[in-house]
Amino acid sequence: MDAQAIIDSLSPLVPGASFEAAPSVDFATIYSPAEHIVATCQALRDALRFEVLAEITCADYLPRVPRYEVVYHFLSVSRKLRLRVKVRVTADGTVSTVQGVYPGAGWLEREVWDMFGIVFDGHNDLRRLLMPEDWEGHPQRKDYPVQIQKAAQTYAPLEVSEEQFRASLERDRVNRPH
Amino acid sequence: MAQADHTHGLDHELPILTSTVEKVVQWARQSAIWPAQFGLACCAIEMMAMVASRYDVARFGAEVFRGSPRQSDLMIVAGRLSRKMAPAMRRVYDQMPEPKWVISMGACASVGGVFDNYAIVQGVDQVVPVDVYVPGCPPRPESLIYGIVQLQQKIARTRM
Amino acid sequence: MSDIRTETMTVNMGPQHPSTHGVLRLVLELDGEVIQSVIPTIGYLHTGIEKTAEQKKWQQVIPLVERMDYLGAQSNSLAYALAVEKLLGLEMPQRVQDIRVLIAELQRIASHLIWIGTHGLEIGAVSMLFYAVRERELLLNINELIAGFRFFPSYIRIGGLREDLPRGFHAQVQEFLDRFPAKIDEFEGLLTKNDVYRRRTEGVGIISKEHAYAWGLVGPIARAGGSDYDVRKYFPYSGYESYDFKVPTATEGDVYARYRVRVAEMRESLKIAKQALDRISPSGVWACDDTRVVPPPKDKVYSEMEALIQHFLIYSQGFTVPAGESYVPVEGPRGEHGCYVVSDGTNRPWRVKMRAPSFMAIQALPTVVQGGLIADVVAVIGSTDVVMGDCDR
Repeated sequence: MDAQAIIDSLSPLVPGASFEAAPSVDFATIYSPAEHIVATCQALRDALRFEVLAEITCADYLPRVPRYEVVYHFLSVSRKLRLRVKVRVTADGTVSTVQGVYPGAGWLEREVWDMFGIVFDGHNDLRRLLMPEDWEGHPQRKDYPVQIQKAAQTYAPLEVSEEQFRASLERDRVNRPH
Repeated sequence: MAQADHTHGLDHELPILTSTVEKVVQWARQSAIWPAQFGLACCAIEMMAMVASRYDVARFGAEVFRGSPRQSDLMIVAGRLSRKMAPAMRRVYDQMPEPKWVISMGACASVGGVFDNYAIVQGVDQVVPVDVYVPGCPPRPESLIYGIVQLQQKIARTRM
Repeated sequence: MSDIRTETMTVNMGPQHPSTHGVLRLVLELDGEVIQSVIPTIGYLHTGIEKTAEQKKWQQVIPLVERMDYLGAQSNSLAYALAVEKLLGLEMPQRVQDIRVLIAELQRIASHLIWIGTHGLEIGAVSMLFYAVRERELLLNINELIAGFRFFPSYIRIGGLREDLPRGFHAQVQEFLDRFPAKIDEFEGLLTKNDVYRRRTEGVGIISKEHAYAWGLVGPIARAGGSDYDVRKYFPYSGYESYDFKVPTATEGDVYARYRVRVAEMRESLKIAKQALDRISPSGVWACDDTRVVPPPKDKVYSEMEALIQHFLIYSQGFTVPAGESYVPVEGPRGEHGCYVVSDGTNRPWRVKMRAPSFMAIQALPTVVQGGLIADVVAVIGSTDVVMGDCDR
């Protein structure tokens, strides 16, 4: 199925959204507006039977505006199809979380927040995943240096009570409403 | 331990072997070094291969890899140390009782290896004191056994 | 008695733990021995490979990418090479595709051997490790024969392979393929009907097909729940459509089913490897003939001017890849692997992202072990075969 056929089947299910087809060498790729991504995922999962969300990732195209593109890869096992949906996000923009549609999106979106700084509205646990909790900066942005000079941190508190542990989870979470 | 010296060695009339305390302690310490399990990444798999039957390290005294650092003498840092892991590693090192030694296995543990970036500590000697560095990516099990033998010779030279 | 305390106990299975397959931290909330909740923390092996890869030229990324999933190293480099070759529009000759299939299947067997060894070790069957690593040494010998390095041969390159197969390759691989089926029977004799093993693994950690799909798990985990999705059958790459093999599945979805699926996969890999070995001629073409990407043979470099210039250009500034993006999925030992590559038309990648099946498996872990015992956590982590290098990248 090519991109135009997918757009034709999606447009009646997500009213008001303007999808664009994008050129690609491997499988169908479409652009979706950020505010309709949850409805798009719902339609893809229920009507078009894309059961699996394979990946959410992001690419930073720094001198260009909008700066980021969040990329979603979908897989339909029953129809043997793959689809890529891209969402353009500006430097301070946000995207709604698709956790409610695909539970597997939870950590994928946390990783995008950790590495690129894109906030996902409505996420239940948006904190650092791969970097230490108190890290400053978002490493995979293009303006973050590859090599840094920093002494290794060798001290960690010897005992953490359970209340402190749970409080630290709350403190590091980024809470944005839906 | 048997030397051509009338103060040490096997006494021919009585079945007694004499030596110095220092030599006996050095021999005991070097012959039974028990490592703690601290495999981080790919080098851990080579460490497992070293324990297995082809390059059996039990012949050199490292019979069991203890799960708890409280019961071990040697920490083989096998793999790349990320900044998030550094405090945990220091904690494991502090929990080991004296005397203790550290072997830094592989290029990533010694100098940061292929990964010169924000996430990897460029050499574990920024966090713990290292006795022997074993280069390689990953080092062959024979290299690591050579490193352990070098450590044994270093222990044999230590004064008490 | 009025003074029995009933609050739950929080226990830390720290990053350094013998049974967590690497550096994974689990904070378990326990009611006695029953697990109420699990909070996994990853990132203790985060290496920033993807950002480092943006600084290297295209061919130099191969050793970096191999060290992500260090047990299935050559499936990583195959995924990356296929993605870049799709952008470049290169077609591999049949012999190169067959060699790649053979290497991929031997890599799958090597990874499953470590899986069965460490899984048995954690369940308590310590001798499994020694049996499994004994066989793996033969596979590492084969790696050493083709590229001189046991673990990360960097043999699969963009444009084909690094160099031709050495003498003695066919004999050594044939010897392994003849010897191995009896060894799988030996492993099965140790574990499959073992009462202790069955009691620890049957009915534990059930992941149904729908649960697996919702959490993004495709691979042996989904196949043990009834799915038949295998990238080699659904989206064939590198000539897999011409091989005759089955995809083993099971229906219960528990740890024992995943064990049976992986052991059956080892047998199927042997079948594919035999077919591939018969097709490969002892010497012949080892790369496609695109001169921008593949360096010329050394004897031509020393005698012809064009070959010298081509060699110099490839190794000094590298080749450029047309702008665009691509993702080619590959069936790795842990599930669907793939490398999402974005190029901006220069000689360095703009973005390299590897899809990590272990990442999705650890994310789904809290839902799987809920209500089980602590010992089940160890069994489930072992059966999902997570590798922290793949998870944290």
